[in-house]
Amino acid sequence: MSQYYIGILVLICINLIAVLGLSLMTGFTGLFNFGQAGFLAVGAYTATILTTKYAVPFPLALLAGMLVSVLTSFLIGYPTLRLKGDYFAIATLGFSEVVRLLVENLEKLTGGSRGIPRIPLYTTLPVALVATVLALWLVANYVRSRHGRNCVAVREDELAAESIGINSFRYKQISFAINAALAGLSGGLLAHYIGFIQPSMFGIIKSTELIVMVIFGGMHSLTGAVFAAVVLTSMPELLRAAQAWRLVAYGVLVVVIMVVRPEGLMGSWEFTPANLKALFNKQGG
Amino acid sequence: MSTVLQQIINGVSIGSVYALIAVGYSLVYSILKFSNFAHGGVLMLGSYFGFFALTLFGMPFWAALPLAIIGAGLLGVLNERLAYRPIRIRNSPLLYLMISSLGASIFLENFTIVTIGPNFRTYPEVFAISPFMIGDLSIGRLDIIIFVIAAISVALLTWIIYGTRMGNAIRATSYNMRVASLMGINPDMVVAFVFFLAGASAGLGGVLFGIKYTVWPQMGILTLKAFIAAVVGGLGSLPGAVLGAMVLGVTETFAAAFVSSAFRDLFSYALMIIIIIVRPGGLLGTITGEKA
Repeated sequence: MSQYYIGILVLICINLIAVLGLSLMTGFTGLFNFGQAGFLAVGAYTATILTTKYAVPFPLALLAGMLVSVLTSFLIGYPTLRLKGDYFAIATLGFSEVVRLLVENLEKLTGGSRGIPRIPLYTTLPVALVATVLALWLVANYVRSRHGRNCVAVREDELAAESIGINSFRYKQISFAINAALAGLSGGLLAHYIGFIQPSMFGIIKSTELIVMVIFGGMHSLTGAVFAAVVLTSMPELLRAAQAWRLVAYGVLVVVIMVVRPEGLMGSWEFTPANLKALFNKQGG
Repeated sequence: MSTVLQQIINGVSIGSVYALIAVGYSLVYSILKFSNFAHGGVLMLGSYFGFFALTLFGMPFWAALPLAIIGAGLLGVLNERLAYRPIRIRNSPLLYLMISSLGASIFLENFTIVTIGPNFRTYPEVFAISPFMIGDLSIGRLDIIIFVIAAISVALLTWIIYGTRMGNAIRATSYNMRVASLMGINPDMVVAFVFFLAGASAGLGGVLFGIKYTVWPQMGILTLKAFIAAVVGGLGSLPGAVLGAMVLGVTETFAAAFVSSAFRDLFSYALMIIIIIVRPGGLLGTITGEKA
């Protein structure tokens, strides 16, 4: 396989990890996160500073990036997740701006807006694949567990969920933390794949791309998230000419999906042996 | 002492622009209960309408300003018609409205980048820049003019909402859309009118901001300030939005003047977080329980 296609595959894996977290959080728990790139940045910068300045082993640095990202999620979630209304969405939007601001201004630590060059290229295809499979395994099992169903209950009707004894604040916080961990991992991998990071890589465009993947694939389906991450990551790579219009198309796509088919491409259908059998039986009979 | 006074004047001036933007956002929030992220896109295009009316068509300012306001208002109505109404009529979750508004915002911003171009543009000089001097206090003429225009517009909006029949209908709809429609109010018309008002005030805010600073495709991020102002003042409350915007404007100019302009926005977010922790309903808002 040529280097070019391996590169696309690694990028798909990295995006998919961040999209899985977002799918759990926005799709299954109903928390709109418009600042995913901020968590990617936290993970990327933490891991990179550790590997380049302190020569910490790569896996440990990745873990540290995830940890810091999770801590940040608690910091934002604690005041905002208890409240009704759009406080949380606004806070996530503000959060990614704050991260960008801090990264640009703490020059000694982060290299400011010029970024950090010459990051060792530790993210190879096997590393990315292993991380993706682990993330997929974690999220798929979480979603199908009792806790995952509690998340869906919170999404559908918070008041009803509370009345049957589900601590909605706790489940929101857990979803947010898992998402932050995965985003941190994705950021750390990205930095050590590209070999270079700067604040503009983690702007609103990145957050937009990731949330569009979740919405496009189907908010209530992990299969949809995987499918969307594969298609939407490889498409702009293959169609470089249309780059400028890509985000215009994304905007239209999001509105059209919400107006015409808000459940997204896959709805809540999942790719499991039982579901496949049911699909074929329906078509056969 | 005079620097403090001067910063307060600067803060109130920029705060009045935030107030214009926040009032529109709050108005939509009070009716439909969702954060309209496309508000920023409408603001940005309103600013571009004003810019092109002045430069390309050489209109005088008194003609360009209403054009930009009406253009942005109609854009707001169109936005609601295409992106929100089908979702609203289906009674889908509010999250879908918010996501759709995000899509609309992405579209407006990037469509502008592709067609008009990504660069910053500067408004021609519409007002003389020379400052007034009162003692050793220098007050920017522009700041005063911006404040006066914004204050008149906010007063006008307040009158429309609290003093007219249409405003009565708007307030009734914001209390309870279904009951209002039983009383003979056409909710679709009220919503369209609210989006016109919100778009128009955002367009005016965009033009004023453009005159003071510049116009660029990402200037919609400015609505983040309006969100913060609305949260500080109390989500959905109009007087709250105005008060929040003033507090935010003064906080920002003080942070920029006495700490560091690079960390100015950090203070805005800190202000919001503190308010959320100490008084979650905002300065003038009340926390309403969820109804089953």
